[in-house]
Formats: sequence, C-alpha cells, structure tokens
Amino acid sequence: MPVFIPSSLTDATRLLSNNPSAHLVTGGTDLMVEVNFNHRHPETVISLRKIPEFQHWNIDNKSGVVHIGSSVPYATMEHGELAQALPALAEAARTVGSPQIRAAGSLGGNLGTCSPAGDSLPVLSALNAIVHLHSETTSRSVPFAEFMVGPKRNSRLPNEIISGVTIPLTNGWQGYAKVGVRNAMVISVASVCLAIHDGNVRVALGSVGPTIIRGSESEAWINSVGLENVTPSVAQEFGERVRAESRPIDDHRSTAEYRRHAVGVLATRLLLRGVQR
Amino acid sequence: MSELEHYTLTINGEDRHVSDAWIGESLLYVLRERLGLPGSKGACEQGECGSCTVYVDNAAVCSCLIMAATAVGTQIATVEGLNQDGSLTDVQQAFVSEGAVQCGFCTPGLVMAVHHLLDHNETPNEQEIKEALSGNICRCTGYGRIFAAVDSVISIRKSTAS
Ligand SMILES: Cc1cc2nc3c(=O)[nH]c(=O)nc-3n(C[C@H](O)[C@H](O)[C@H](O)COP(=O)(O)OP(=O)(O)OC[C@H]3O[C@@H](n4cnc5c(N)ncnc54)[C@H](O)[C@@H]3O)c2cc1C
Ligand code: FES
Ligand code: FES
Repeated sequence: MPVFIPSSLTDATRLLSNNPSAHLVTGGTDLMVEVNFNHRHPETVISLRKIPEFQHWNIDNKSGVVHIGSSVPYATMEHGELAQALPALAEAARTVGSPQIRAAGSLGGNLGTCSPAGDSLPVLSALNAIVHLHSETTSRSVPFAEFMVGPKRNSRLPNEIISGVTIPLTNGWQGYAKVGVRNAMVISVASVCLAIHDGNVRVALGSVGPTIIRGSESEAWINSVGLENVTPSVAQEFGERVRAESRPIDDHRSTAEYRRHAVGVLATRLLLRGVQR
Repeated sequence: MSELEHYTLTINGEDRHVSDAWIGESLLYVLRERLGLPGSKGACEQGECGSCTVYVDNAAVCSCLIMAATAVGTQIATVEGLNQDGSLTDVQQAFVSEGAVQCGFCTPGLVMAVHHLLDHNETPNEQEIKEALSGNICRCTGYGRIFAAVDSVISIRKSTAS
C-alpha cells in the first residue's frame, strides 16, 4: 500500500527503512505545493500526523527546557503556555502564512524543508535548540547549527525522521521580527531572532544567507559592551555589525542590498526592545 | 503511474469511498472531482487564497494542501455540511444581506473561516477578525462588505442570545 499512516515512531522508522523512496509528510503545506505543481510525484507516502509523541509538547521548568514534537502545528505555539515560555517562537509562528497554514504547518516540516526563510529556524538557532532524529536502529540529537547545512539542505540521513526539538528556556527577553512585502501570507525577506540569557545576547538571522546565520561577532561585541550600556547609538552599531555578518543574495523576493539593510534595522530594533524591558 | 488507492474518508459525518485514486491527489481535488462536493473552490492550489478551506478534525485548513489519502480517519467538514437541510446559516445569510458576495468564488472559503472564528470567539475585535480572515483572498469586494457581514452576525447572535 503506498500510503502509510503509522501510529508510532517505531512503525514509522521501520516503514521508512523498508520504503527508502517514501516521502514523509506532516502538515503537507510544503510538500503538496510541489505535488500540485507537478514538481514531485510521490509513489509512497508516510504521513507522520498520527504519531502521539510527535503531537506532544511539554515545558520542563526543572530542567529548563521545552520539548516540542515535530507535528505540533504553529497554531499551538501562538498562544497559551508555549507562547509564554517561548515568546520568540510564538512571534515567529504568528508570522507564518495564514491561519489555515498555521493550523497545518509544523516544525518537523520547517526543519525538513530547511529553507533559509523558514520562520522557526532563526528562533531554533538563537535558542540553541536540539533536533532529535531517529532511524530504525539509531537515535541522535544534533544542535540546530549542525542540522542546517545549506539552503534546503540538512544533515538528516535519508532513513531518519525528525521526532521533535528540545529548546532550552532563556531567563531574559527574546523576540523575533521579520520583513516581508506585506503583513499576511508572506515569506520573509529578512528576519532576526534575538534572545538574552544570563545577560548575554544571542542573535540569529534568517533569509540573509545559505543557512540561518548566528551573528557570533556581533554577539561577542555587544556582550563586551554590556547590556546595561546599550543606548540607541550602541544599538545602531550592533545593527551595523549584524548587517556585516549577513551574506544575502539577490533573488525574486528582494535584493541583497535591501536584505542587508533590513536585517540591520531589525537587529537594532530587537536589541532596543530587549533592553527596554 | 503508481498504484491506485482505495480509501474511505469521513465527510460531513458520512463515510465516502474513494476508489482508483492517485495518492498525490489533494483533498480539494477528491472532494470536487471524485465525490461531487464542488462547494470548496480551487483557485491557487498553493495555500494562498483560502477558497478551498475545510475543517479537518475541527481545524480550518486548506484542502488543496492535504493529501487526501492521508486524511483517512479524520473528521472532514465542508461548506456543504454547514446546513444539510439546504437552508442558509446565519453567516451565509449575512453575506447575502450585506452584499458580501460579488463573483462568489471566495465565498465558501470565507463562510467556513467566519464560522470557525465565531465558533471559537463570540466577540472578536476588528484586529482578530482581520487576522482570522487573512488567509482568504477576495478579488472583488475590497473586504468592506465582508467585515460588515461578520459584524452583523456578531450583533444578531448577541441580540438573540440576550
Ligand atoms: C501559503 C503558504 C505560506 C507559507 N508561509 C510560510 C511562512 O510565512 N514562513 C515559513 O517558514 N513557511 C511558510 N510556508 C511553508 C510551510 O508552511 C512551512 O515550512 C511549514 O513549517 C511546513 O510544515 P508541514 O508540516 O506542512 O511540512 P510538510 O509539507 O508536511 O513537509 C515539508 C518537508 O519536510 C519533510 N518532513 C516533514 N515532517 C518531517 C519529519 N518529522 N521528519 C523529517 N522530515 C519531515 C517532508 O518530507 C517535506 O520534505 C508557507 C507555505 C504556504 C503554502
Ligand atoms: S486553492 Fe487552496 S488555498 Fe487557494
Ligand atoms: S466575491 Fe469575487 S473573489 Fe470575493
């Protein structure tokens, strides 16, 4: 039978090793666009939406981490407890597509596609998230930075399935901002996630390079200046430094020059928001 | 060509059998072309217009982005199921009364989105209404009449409840 709807991770990984050419699908919001436009012609599909541990999320305050299963839809991250624990993820989730897309789209799919414009990805990067991968015989957990290796390329092996992510909580402010051509239903032209933990700033940039870029030099600089010394002109310089670390290209959505400008403005803005709290 | 699929979907509470289908077919295609349920409209087939909006397990989603064969075991509700006796729901009536329908192509998707919003939030503010309908594109009305229809449902429901 070419369509499988396994109800456990064990069944899913076994099905994938027995059907190596199978397409995995969670919400279908990336895959079906390709199928509808004849860019893909799947012969075997494994739907991951019925696996209970993939639909599950929990906040473990004792260990200071949040687990989010790979099938949890964005709609669940937008409000409530998850949004309180991870405000930057909630803000990113709220910018994805439309309510219909957010009711179906998932982190598993965003990570599976691994577009530099994927809105959850700068958040996973800035929050030092860990991605969990399983095959029939192996399980491994990789930091997001090692997971995404290029535009639409990740280090998932063909026989592996993403079960979910573990995201360490931060004890400071966190936020996400995105520039696109309009408000609703828009793929980002540039985006930034900024998070503060133990008084240190972390910043991750989306849509301005082949992967999500961690602004490590900008982070080191602002942390040497110290958050207590952030003034509008310091924030301005932080933005300039972030902009210098971006590596955007020209494409149908925007020019590299505009992306560089936008990412700097967003970084400045987020830093000011972060310290004004 | 790959193997053909046979499966059963639960639509508006009824089991509907689908035979000889290709697995890549979207739920929108299966509803319209195989099951004689043309209420859901297809315009973009890429999740952008919302005219294909249905509920799957109570979530409002784009049926063009759901692989129909993977929707086995879910509860699917389409615009045809809103009022099975053929009369108009209050939302549909308000769309007519307020002139929120011009060519009508977006209407089924918008009606589904409005019912979904008001089922979850009886008194949405303007911002919430705009956000809830941001996945539904209308090329004709300019949205003003659509928002008027939503406001009218809210006030009629409020006055009949009290
Ligand atoms: C109209 C529209 C607007 C959109 N707007 C945005 C936006 O603003 N921001 C944004 O980031 N994205 C956007 N997207 C893209 C898409 O919604 C997201 O990437 C979403 O996160 C994909 O999740 P999904 O579950 O639907 O993925 P699917 O389509 O089910 O899967 C996507 C890919 O990931 C693989 N995959 C899925 N689950 C797993 C798993 N558990 N393990 C391994 N591989 C897996 C699949 O094989 C496939 O290759 C938009 C899409 C549409 C159609
Ligand atoms: S046809 Fe499905 S959203 Fe346009
Ligand atoms: S009435 Fe024509 S698209 Fe809305």
